[in-house]
Amino acid sequence: MSRFEYAPAPESRAIVDIKSSYGLFVNGAFVEATDGKPFKTVSPASEEVLAEVSEAGPADVDKAVRAARKAFEKVWGPMAGRDRAKYLFRIARLIQERARELAVLESLDNGKPIRESRDVDIPLVAAHFFYYAGWADKLEYAGAGEDPRPWGVAGQVIPWNFPLLMLAWKIAPALAAGNTVVLKPAETTPLTALAFAEICQQADLPPGVVNIVTGAGRTGQALVEHPDVNKVAFTGSTAVGRAIAKSVAGTDKAVTLELGGKAANIVFEDAPIDQTIEGIVNGIFFNQGHVCCAGSRLLVQESVYDEVLGRLKRRMETLRVGDPLDKNTDIGAINSAAQLARIRELAQIGEDEGSERWSPECELPAQGYWFPPTVFTGVSQAHRIAREEIFGPVLSVLTFRTPAEAVEKANNTPFGLSAGIWTEKGSRILWMANQLRAGVVWANTFNRFDPTSPFGGYKESGYGREGGRHGLEAYLAH
Amino acid sequence: MTTTDSGVDTLADVTSSEDRLRRFLLGLPGVDQVGAEARAATLSTRSIKTTAKAYALDLAIQMIDLTTLEGQDTPGKVRALCAKAKRPDPADATAPQVAAVCVYPDLVATAKYELKGTGINVASVATAFPSGRSSLAIKIQDTKDAVASGADEVDMVIDRGAFLSGRYGLVFDEILAIREAAGDAHLKVILETGELVTYDNVRRASWLAMLAGADFIKTSTGKVSPAATLPVTLVMLEAVRDYHEATGLHIGVKPAGGIRTAKDAIKYLVTVNETAGPDWLDPELFRFGASSLLNDLLMQRTKLATGHYPGPDYFTLD
Repeated sequence: MSRFEYAPAPESRAIVDIKSSYGLFVNGAFVEATDGKPFKTVSPASEEVLAEVSEAGPADVDKAVRAARKAFEKVWGPMAGRDRAKYLFRIARLIQERARELAVLESLDNGKPIRESRDVDIPLVAAHFFYYAGWADKLEYAGAGEDPRPWGVAGQVIPWNFPLLMLAWKIAPALAAGNTVVLKPAETTPLTALAFAEICQQADLPPGVVNIVTGAGRTGQALVEHPDVNKVAFTGSTAVGRAIAKSVAGTDKAVTLELGGKAANIVFEDAPIDQTIEGIVNGIFFNQGHVCCAGSRLLVQESVYDEVLGRLKRRMETLRVGDPLDKNTDIGAINSAAQLARIRELAQIGEDEGSERWSPECELPAQGYWFPPTVFTGVSQAHRIAREEIFGPVLSVLTFRTPAEAVEKANNTPFGLSAGIWTEKGSRILWMANQLRAGVVWANTFNRFDPTSPFGGYKESGYGREGGRHGLEAYLAH
Repeated sequence: MTTTDSGVDTLADVTSSEDRLRRFLLGLPGVDQVGAEARAATLSTRSIKTTAKAYALDLAIQMIDLTTLEGQDTPGKVRALCAKAKRPDPADATAPQVAAVCVYPDLVATAKYELKGTGINVASVATAFPSGRSSLAIKIQDTKDAVASGADEVDMVIDRGAFLSGRYGLVFDEILAIREAAGDAHLKVILETGELVTYDNVRRASWLAMLAGADFIKTSTGKVSPAATLPVTLVMLEAVRDYHEATGLHIGVKPAGGIRTAKDAIKYLVTVNETAGPDWLDPELFRFGASSLLNDLLMQRTKLATGHYPGPDYFTLD
């Protein structure tokens, strides 16, 4: 009997209408950049050029900040919370209406599988806007004092791993609290932010409330260093986060930083084994491992090491790597050539340091940026692949013998964004959660997100919280 | 759980006393409800198109145990069902036959006569189906009657009351006794997962049935709601996969009840493929206990071949 080979099931690209070039979104309109060179954004799955995008220079950023300031003072700041909520609800509904288009666009520009952009990213984007829309007229109950005030203009810089979702995490609470924003999407994934600019127009959002300036590091620097920005919010690498913290030191800007991670996913011998394997896979291979809170360090109790590894490898054999737009793809493309080079370099270092490298047999497409799902065993705390954020589909497996040793190893990192615990023992979950120095601790699950739940890090994973009531507080002066 | 070359011996040990059996079953790894349901939901998003769909539809038809289990069943009804089993689509001779026809014991002889020489098996429920609330002697006699009438397969029910009260030895011994009474007939053990409720229980009951000699483990009688669900079937597929790893033996899985559409059937096949593996994509190891499912499979099959849906009146109601 023949095998059950899944035929290609590509999601149609016809639903998206990508323009050949995009300007900056400033003061409610798309405008040409005045002092930057245009750059190209490509589909990482095929290296096909999708569009040409403007680079905002300091003068362009200045225009955007001025527009945001004016909108804050004249329109958005004075507006009643319930009226701001109407705009946010409208945006949320438009995102739902255009969900399929946004999912396809996100998968094209970012390389993530359509199953994830369709079932995770975009629904969460809409959920964030709905959630914070509900807060807009209830700010005095947010625990930020009796009469909380917005900061003013928020300068926001977001990464390429969840382009539209990170935009939602930044823009929804900022607008609900009464701030106006200038947001810079990552240079490799600007398209959904520009589609969001169109949605702002569609929603009749007053000009200047949301401004999108595209560009790379130079643009981001101009934005966070702009003297008229009151609040800086950044998600990205620890290195850039550190530079931002330096640049705003001595100013009266408020800052939140959501940076890197090297999360421990801790498996005890009494774990629900089959769901644990799913959790390990979801923890590290979700979004190609381009997740700051990825469970990139697997800590397995020695007594179940062989069984966990055996089952994990068997499960990895079934992962489908390939065309992000195919509805059956589990792992898509690495976002950029630069990131691929970084992953390759660290994987090589892992081998050189003596860890054993394993990947299931999988054919990678010839074009585009690809890396197979990979497991390193025989890794110790001293190895670089156990310490540095790889930001790719690469799992380092370590072992422990006792709960105390698990805690010690899990916390022995400069990061502290997230952690996972797998055990059927409730008391151990609570004890572990108290010991782990990580902003999010998942129990018997991993990479679960919800707009009502705060998210953020310890130590070099940053400061401030996004999501929930805590995320709102970051946009209120009190 | 022991998974080595010596797996067979170790597993023989666990059934040597009720106490050991109990400790073994309670020592199986737990099933996290949220995680199991999330995994089933993700598998449900697989998109099966064109050639893959054609393969899946034909395979699903060949895996059907075409079932009638009603108080109002008559020889006439069973004859009609057998005709359908042999030639599911009157308009299309290329549609494959189903795997078996499943009836109550008193109608086995009728079905056997109708299906002679077709290769289609006759399955009979037995053991005071569906509740199983009768003495062991009656259950054994019920099984022997079915086999004597020509049943190729026996679908027995476990004593859920005994299972839920922790009397695993009793459930085990009963399956052993029915196994013996069934002789050469294929034994399917119905767990009635809708009454066991938790996935932990489903996993334990699956192992219990396999250790006692089941050829198949089956979700439901179809008389209790919920009947088959995808997460329950997932947990059972994990159990047969692990049992195979421990013993080298292939045990079949049969979800029954509540699977009515081709779309649902395909979700089950995807789950089989990605959980137990391609070996189980075979009527010898996976069955659907269903009746109305067949017509939807036939309709989708015609749609795929011709590009349009025939109306429901073009398919026979049996």
